[in-house]
Amino acid sequence: MDIINALVAVTNYVIIPATAYGAQLALGALGVTLIYSILRFSNFAHGDTMAFGTGVTILITWGFQAMGISFGPLPTALLALPFGIVITSALMLGTDRVVYRYYRRVRAAPVVMVMVSVGVMFVMNALTRFLIGVDQINFDDGARFIINARQWREMTGLTEPLTLRSTQVITVVTAVIVVAALFWFLGRTRTGKSMRAFSDNEDLALLSGIDPNKVVAVTWIITGALATIAGTLYGLDKSFKAFTYFQLLLPIFASAIVGGIGNPVGAIAGGFVISFSEVGLTYAWKKVVTYLIPNWEPDGLVQLLSTDYKYAVSFTILILVLIFKPTGLFKGKIV
Amino acid sequence: MSNTRQAAETSRLRAPLFFAIMTALIVLEGVTSGWNSALGILNMGLISAIMALGVNMQWGYAGLFNAGAMGFVALGGLAPVLISMPPTQGAFKAGGFGLIVAFIIAAIAVLAAVWLYKRLHGLARGLAVAAVLIVGFFAYRFFLDPAVSAIEAINPSAAGNLGGLGLPTLISWPVGAILAAGAAWLVGKTALGLRSDYLAIATLGIAEILVAVLKNEQWLDRGVLNVNGIPRPWPVPYEINLQNSQAFVAQMQAWGIDPTLGSTITVKLAFLVLFVVVILVLLWLTEMSLRSPWGRMMRAIRDNEISAAAMGKNITRRHLQIFVLGSAVIGLAGAMMISLDGQMTPSSYNPLRYTFLILVMVIVGGSGSNWGAILGGVLIWYVWVKAGDWGPDIMGLLASPFPDGPFKAHMIASAAHMRMLVMGVILLGVLRFSPRGLLPEK
Repeated sequence: MDIINALVAVTNYVIIPATAYGAQLALGALGVTLIYSILRFSNFAHGDTMAFGTGVTILITWGFQAMGISFGPLPTALLALPFGIVITSALMLGTDRVVYRYYRRVRAAPVVMVMVSVGVMFVMNALTRFLIGVDQINFDDGARFIINARQWREMTGLTEPLTLRSTQVITVVTAVIVVAALFWFLGRTRTGKSMRAFSDNEDLALLSGIDPNKVVAVTWIITGALATIAGTLYGLDKSFKAFTYFQLLLPIFASAIVGGIGNPVGAIAGGFVISFSEVGLTYAWKKVVTYLIPNWEPDGLVQLLSTDYKYAVSFTILILVLIFKPTGLFKGKIV
Repeated sequence: MSNTRQAAETSRLRAPLFFAIMTALIVLEGVTSGWNSALGILNMGLISAIMALGVNMQWGYAGLFNAGAMGFVALGGLAPVLISMPPTQGAFKAGGFGLIVAFIIAAIAVLAAVWLYKRLHGLARGLAVAAVLIVGFFAYRFFLDPAVSAIEAINPSAAGNLGGLGLPTLISWPVGAILAAGAAWLVGKTALGLRSDYLAIATLGIAEILVAVLKNEQWLDRGVLNVNGIPRPWPVPYEINLQNSQAFVAQMQAWGIDPTLGSTITVKLAFLVLFVVVILVLLWLTEMSLRSPWGRMMRAIRDNEISAAAMGKNITRRHLQIFVLGSAVIGLAGAMMISLDGQMTPSSYNPLRYTFLILVMVIVGGSGSNWGAILGGVLIWYVWVKAGDWGPDIMGLLASPFPDGPFKAHMIASAAHMRMLVMGVILLGVLRFSPRGLLPEK
């Protein structure tokens, strides 16, 4: 019985939250990796793009709520999400037209592009702040739990509670749908194939008559969509705060690099590696240890790392990968 | 950067002109808002200029993108706390031994892991390294945790930390530089020699971690409880001592200045002199090094890594060298800033302010130009401060045609974020239309 209780505790506090967080990171890392493989730079503005997309989605959600539109048991934000995606993607296309296109034409070095993306980051940051402010916002409505602690206890009779929040399930389901759609697009459609060709060998792709402007435009649209979805899911699951999204940049970059930057499968795997390590190392294992080892109560919390150091986990994994396997778990590209 | 670096002629009067404009802006601030405010902006501007000098060494000389200047600023700021604060009575006795043992264990574990990694192969290597690190980690925590609780239990409302050595504050400045250089060496050693933007991502991470350490390790610097009353560097006086000094009051009255106002301005002027001396020394050093064969080599590496490598230059080592040196300068500025503020507030370190704003300063001033970094540092700091002041005014003007209501209130409230937009637009504008900056590198 104690072993089952221990398993329930691990599921409740580690597996379920880490899966949801991993899905959010994976979607964010997919955006970073796409920009990297098509436009060939690390986009520092990605965190703020996520914040902007989420901010727009929240505003539209409020609009729907004011009009009395709701999505039944699901959060209204899911209804607002397509509109958020359209607006964010439009902003991405505008940014590319005004800012990035020039540097592509002069074939600027990747590190200059990174610096340019810092400028874009400032502007996006300001736009998000103008739009929605800097405060923490909870915009999750709809049913909160699929299984709550009381139902679980009545169902199983176990002492250890297990809760499954609806936002966690929504995150995973949405992420699966988005990833499936993205892979279908990249693997099966003409545009997707031309994007992959462009990523593999730009010159050859140009010679074969692929229109680079179209490839770049589609990349920005997909990135805007991925960033908005990732940001909204993260905001539904936790809460929205512009600065938190900026800080997500580090785990997202770490996910992309750990998986192999430029490789979409790697981005997803990397997201889960980072999320499970982060949650696992910062979880206080005391309860689980008490269940597993009878007649022994540990003094401390058996927490390997305080939650304040969760960024240290992404960083350490990042450094280990850089030292031992710079191409990442799945072969990424080193330009 | 690389493909726009033509040797275009720039007027000799360009630098004096821009510095004159900057001086005029500061004087204007002094006349309109008082000299306290003007000198306050100038002092912080000079510290920002030193940070910009450090970042310029990395970005301007070598094209290395440091996205973690904040971390080195924060780490440098730890030095005044550890060097110039008085020691906490009994803290070292309570936990000092445990701390030392813990850190020795950590060092031994890491060294042993590195040694095993080099000696063994295959599965045995992975298992042995993992075992050493895991055992080392638990042993480290075994000694660290009780020591930390013992130290934090001492007078927690006022101290609860190790305290400092009680040495003069000026000594803490070079120590801040050394701390930052040590951290930079660790990061540079792993992330340099790989793709150029991996360094950016690694530094972004180390900065977050360094600030997290300062926020959470109470035994070290009281964490978010802040350390107050950090001693001022020699020869900067305290306002209260000046006001109690009869000679000073008499002198101020003879000049017709209110003694209280006079004392605050005297303190700021003393800091100013100190900062200017530091800047002049750094400027002399950096200018001399740029003109030396070493400086030519650095520029050759930046402009064409492949041909420099073909000439037998070890690019990764040179990058590591300049990265460590630049970070040391950033750490120095961090220590100076804490001495100026007189307090350590770890929660005030914000990447936009301490990392990305400094990059804007370097690029606006002119990548690779030391005079440009100084000009950019002061000028951008001025704009940053003033954008906070002007934002609400401009927004009030823009919002005036709208009827009163939530929309207008929202517009006016959001004006405080104007400075982000201003900085983004300035950075993008300079990168696009004048990539060599205000004072281009010669």
